[in-house]
Amino acid sequence: MPNTKRRRLFVRGAAATLAATLGATALAACGSSDEDSAESGPVSLTYWTWTPGMDKVVDLWNKGEGKKDQITVTVKKQASGDTLVTKILTAHKAGKAPDLVQAEYQALPTLVSNDALADIGKNVGDAKSKFADGVWQQTTLGTDAVYAVPQDIGPMMFYYRADLFEKYGLTVPTTWEQFAATARALKEKAPDTDLTTFSANDSGLFAGLAQQAGAKWWTTSGDKWNVGINDAATKKVADFWGGLVKEGAIDNQPMYTPAWNKALNTGKQIAWVSAVWAPGTLTTAAPDTKGKWAMAPLPQWSADENVTGSWGGSSTAVTTDSEHKDAAARFAAWLNTDGDALNALAKESGIYPASTSAQLSGAFTTPPDYFSNQADFYTTAAKIAKTTAPSAWGPNVNVAYTTFKDAFGAAAKDKSDFSAALDKMQADTVADMKKQGFEVSE
Amino acid sequence: MTTAHRRRSYGVKGAPYAFLLPATLLFALFFALPIGYALWLSFRKVHVSGLGLGSGARREVWAGLGNYTAAFTDSELLDGALRVLGYGCIVVPVMLGLALLLALMLDADKVRLAPFTRLAIFLPYAIPGVVAALLWGFLYLPDVSPFYFVLEKLGLPQPDLLDGGPLYLALSNIAVWGGTGFNMIVIYTSLQAIPAEVYEAAKLDGATPTQIALRIKIPMVAPSLVLTFFFSIIATLQVFNEPTTLKPLTNSVSTTWSPLMKVYRDAFGTGDLYQAAAEAVIIAFATLVLSFGFLRAANRRNKQDASHEGAR
Repeated sequence: MPNTKRRRLFVRGAAATLAATLGATALAACGSSDEDSAESGPVSLTYWTWTPGMDKVVDLWNKGEGKKDQITVTVKKQASGDTLVTKILTAHKAGKAPDLVQAEYQALPTLVSNDALADIGKNVGDAKSKFADGVWQQTTLGTDAVYAVPQDIGPMMFYYRADLFEKYGLTVPTTWEQFAATARALKEKAPDTDLTTFSANDSGLFAGLAQQAGAKWWTTSGDKWNVGINDAATKKVADFWGGLVKEGAIDNQPMYTPAWNKALNTGKQIAWVSAVWAPGTLTTAAPDTKGKWAMAPLPQWSADENVTGSWGGSSTAVTTDSEHKDAAARFAAWLNTDGDALNALAKESGIYPASTSAQLSGAFTTPPDYFSNQADFYTTAAKIAKTTAPSAWGPNVNVAYTTFKDAFGAAAKDKSDFSAALDKMQADTVADMKKQGFEVSE
Repeated sequence: MTTAHRRRSYGVKGAPYAFLLPATLLFALFFALPIGYALWLSFRKVHVSGLGLGSGARREVWAGLGNYTAAFTDSELLDGALRVLGYGCIVVPVMLGLALLLALMLDADKVRLAPFTRLAIFLPYAIPGVVAALLWGFLYLPDVSPFYFVLEKLGLPQPDLLDGGPLYLALSNIAVWGGTGFNMIVIYTSLQAIPAEVYEAAKLDGATPTQIALRIKIPMVAPSLVLTFFFSIIATLQVFNEPTTLKPLTNSVSTTWSPLMKVYRDAFGTGDLYQAAAEAVIIAFATLVLSFGFLRAANRRNKQDASHEGAR
């Protein structure tokens, strides 16, 4: 911003601009762990995570399991999402990445492609059996290696104001066609009210919807990557939402703004396509409507289908820079498969576990406070989680996600052709891969 | 100079260098080295072989001018520069015009509550930019803004301030609100430094307050105006906080709205440090050329004016 920078001398300003690109390098030097290289004896591990309350869960390990083997884990709280990926990569360049990192599933190929994640296949024991196949497959990238242990998942669901659906005489849509009809019907009955909004500020939502439709954005054949971001399935999703925005059946403003909170809280928007973590968001966004919402499976593309996509979710990975990969892998497996650890994760951090057995035990036997009216919330959620479609992430998801925000943001604003925005997303992603030297076929 | 003197100065010959050392060291470590590294990075790129999975699949290689040609052929950078130009065309004249006007008004003979007014106008400058942008952002959002509430009650039209042309006004407003006070203080201080005799002479000659302001005050604070203009240009070229803070509130601000935002996106969004480094070098160079070009032009005019005065 102009005013604070005005005080600076010009040269400093320019240097700061340049230094901004180097800032992450400096972070690498501060944020890493220094360990003794002794293989036996006490081991101390550093863990980068953004999960709130993780320090309390790690305490369980440090005082129990870890104490026996003299493995101490220290949590270093991080910012979530894309920025952490960049930070890990920069730290890795300096050879100073922490032993353990939290990584979203779609970031795993990027991290593996930068050789930042170690193969922990032989250290995680029978962890595979604890997870749904579709979830586990994301941590292997379709290879024989295992690059992470799944922690939480975000199966997508449909949330709606049960009271207002009744008031307006709407039925819960089970197909996307019905969803569109519901949106139009609502517009007729209450022109100031929207069923929902198409938001372009979270790419994960669109990726999840495409995944449900059967899209495979990145696949490999031999030594070549195939990029299918504008494949038929994704086109169908883009055109569907683009059509609704264009005809004005739904809103086009972004989520997570004060205006959006208000719309949810006052019944100006009466539904939200979201994931299992929605109760947490709704608690802060729409506190006045507690107990008035209900959750249902995501609408389907055809009536005989039953699949969902995922939005969010993350895993615990061990870096190649770690000097104690075995110990780190054992901790990663414990954290995400041990009953006590998972209970603590649910209680302290409010995550929805990837481990199938944990999805129906402990904290998940009663519905979340916000949904106290829906007693079977977590039983339904566990059923929906089983229907998650397989995902197909590639080595530059960050580029695709960034392009999505700009291209779809502009298209939503102008109510213009969504499939043109999708083509732009495909073109930019392919161009970036080619620039990096990947062999790409479209 | 005596011999005794010369001998003594010989003993401290190294002193200037010793005094220079800390500054030189700091300059080398924290300015020259990062700039050099950024330059180096801007000529590099990553090269992937095969699927790019596993160790050794990724190497850093020489890119030549590739990152630079990419930056110049990418319309986003140029578009961003144009957007910032449009934004600057609103911010700089409005902010400096207001600052000058307010400074002149505060400097007028009979002003009541001057210290309070000065502080009130300066106060927004003390508010961190991100906070100011958030504050205004909330005021621009129709659903939560009290302004829109009032407009609606009065039955007046409610413009969408976060879209199209009004977006520029909305962004400029934040900068003007935050920056006017600072510039006003700079101009006001130099107004205060004008000797009272000058005004006395003007009054004796029968000059009105307006004439004094236009013919005496403004020409005499011209150096301050040049300085504030210079700072404002640099600040405008570096605009980042306001659009970045408003971005989540609207679809109209892209991640590459301003050139610096594009640098940030390439470095931290898409993870291409090399491309970001090349763009940072280009922006730094453009800033250098523009701001020093302006300073030289301003200096030349001053000299010309001075020689005219002399000729007269």
